[in-house]
Amino acid sequence: MTEREQTFLEYVQSGGQVETTDWMPDDYRAKLIKFIEMHGNSELMGVLPEREWILRAPTLQRKLALTAKVQDEVGHSQLIYRVVEDLGKPREQCLDDLISGKAKFHNVFHYPTKTWGDVGVIAWLVDAAAIISQKALLKCSYAPYARIMKKICWEESFHILHGRDVVLTLMNGTDDQRELVQEAVTRWWGPLMQFHGNPISKDEDPMYIWRIKSQGNEEARQQFLDGYVPQIWELGLTVPDPKLRKNDEGVWEYSEPDWDELRSVVTGHGPRSQDRLDLRRRARENSAWVRQVVLAQAA
Amino acid sequence: MIYEVFRQERKGQPFQHAGSLEAANHEFAESYAKEFYGRRGESEALWVVPREAIIEVEDFVDELNRNYHRVDGYSLKGKLKEARERVGRALVARDR
Repeated sequence: MTEREQTFLEYVQSGGQVETTDWMPDDYRAKLIKFIEMHGNSELMGVLPEREWILRAPTLQRKLALTAKVQDEVGHSQLIYRVVEDLGKPREQCLDDLISGKAKFHNVFHYPTKTWGDVGVIAWLVDAAAIISQKALLKCSYAPYARIMKKICWEESFHILHGRDVVLTLMNGTDDQRELVQEAVTRWWGPLMQFHGNPISKDEDPMYIWRIKSQGNEEARQQFLDGYVPQIWELGLTVPDPKLRKNDEGVWEYSEPDWDELRSVVTGHGPRSQDRLDLRRRARENSAWVRQVVLAQAA
Repeated sequence: MIYEVFRQERKGQPFQHAGSLEAANHEFAESYAKEFYGRRGESEALWVVPREAIIEVEDFVDELNRNYHRVDGYSLKGKLKEARERVGRALVARDR
C-alpha cells in the first residue's frame, strides 16, 4: 500500500467521508462498486417475489400497499445504480452483468413466495434483516451512498409496518391463517439466518476495513435476533431451531446456518434464481423501445 | 444528463443534497425528482440542478495568511491573563 493509500485508509477509519470527485484508491473504488451494485441488484430482484402476489392480494388496500412497496424498491435500485454509475460502472453494464448471472443479488430473493403468509413474513422479517444492514450504511465512508441510505431506510420502515400489519391480521384470524404464517416463518428462517453472511471477524472483512459497512456480519445477526425473536415468540409463533436461545451473557446461540446453501443460492442455483433472471431479461427486452423513444425525443 | 437533487424538508430549513438522477431532459428530471423525493410528502421543495451547472470550489489556499478574519487569528487568552495581572499589581500598589 502506498503512503497516499495508507493516509486514505486512516482517514476513513477515523470516520472521514469521501465524495465522488475526491481521490480514492483503486481497491476502495472496486470494493464500493461491488458492494453497492449488489445492493442495487437486490432491490431490483427483490420486487419479483412480491410482484407475484399483487394480483392475488386479498383486498384492494393490500394490493395498493404492495404495489407501492414494489415501486419503492425499484426506486431504490434507481438511486443506487446512479451511485454506482458515478463510481465508473454504467447502469446498462450493471444490468447486463445481472441478467447474465455474473453479478449477484441477495439470497432471500432466490426463493419462491408460496402463500400470502410469505408476503407478510418477507415484508416484516426480510425487510427487518435488511434495514439492520442498511442502517449500518448511514455511516458509510462514501458519502453519496450514505446520503441516499437516509431516504431508503425511511421507506423501508414503512415496509416493516406493512409486513407487521399483514402478519398481525393473519394471526388474529383463523387457525388456517395462523398456520400460513407459521409455515412461512419456518420456510424463511434458514435464509434469514444466512442473510447477514458468515461470521467473519470484522477486522478481516474488507468492507469493514474500508468502512463501507460500519458493523460486522455477526453483530448484524445478533441485532436481528435481539429485535425480532421476541416479537415472533410474542405472537405465539415458533422458530424452527431447537438451539435458539439467549445465553447469560446476552448473546444469541443458534444452530449453524447452512453456508453451503447460501453459496449455492447466491451463485444462481436457488429454487427460483433462473426463473427470476429470465423474467428480468424479458422485461428488459420488452421495455427497450420505451428507452429508445424517450432518449430519441429528448435528443 | 445527470441532475443533482437538493431537498428542503420543511419551510425555512436549508436545502440539502439528497442524491442524483439521470434524465433525458428537464421535464423528465422534474418528474423523476418528484417520484424519488416527494412521493410521500417528505419534501417541502426540491431544487433539481444539471450537474454541469454546478461550480465546485474546494481549494481554499491562504497564501497571505489572512488570519485576521478567522477565529484562529485572535488569541486572547495570554493577553487577558497579562491584563488581569497588570490590574492586580496596580491594586496591590494602591493598597500599600
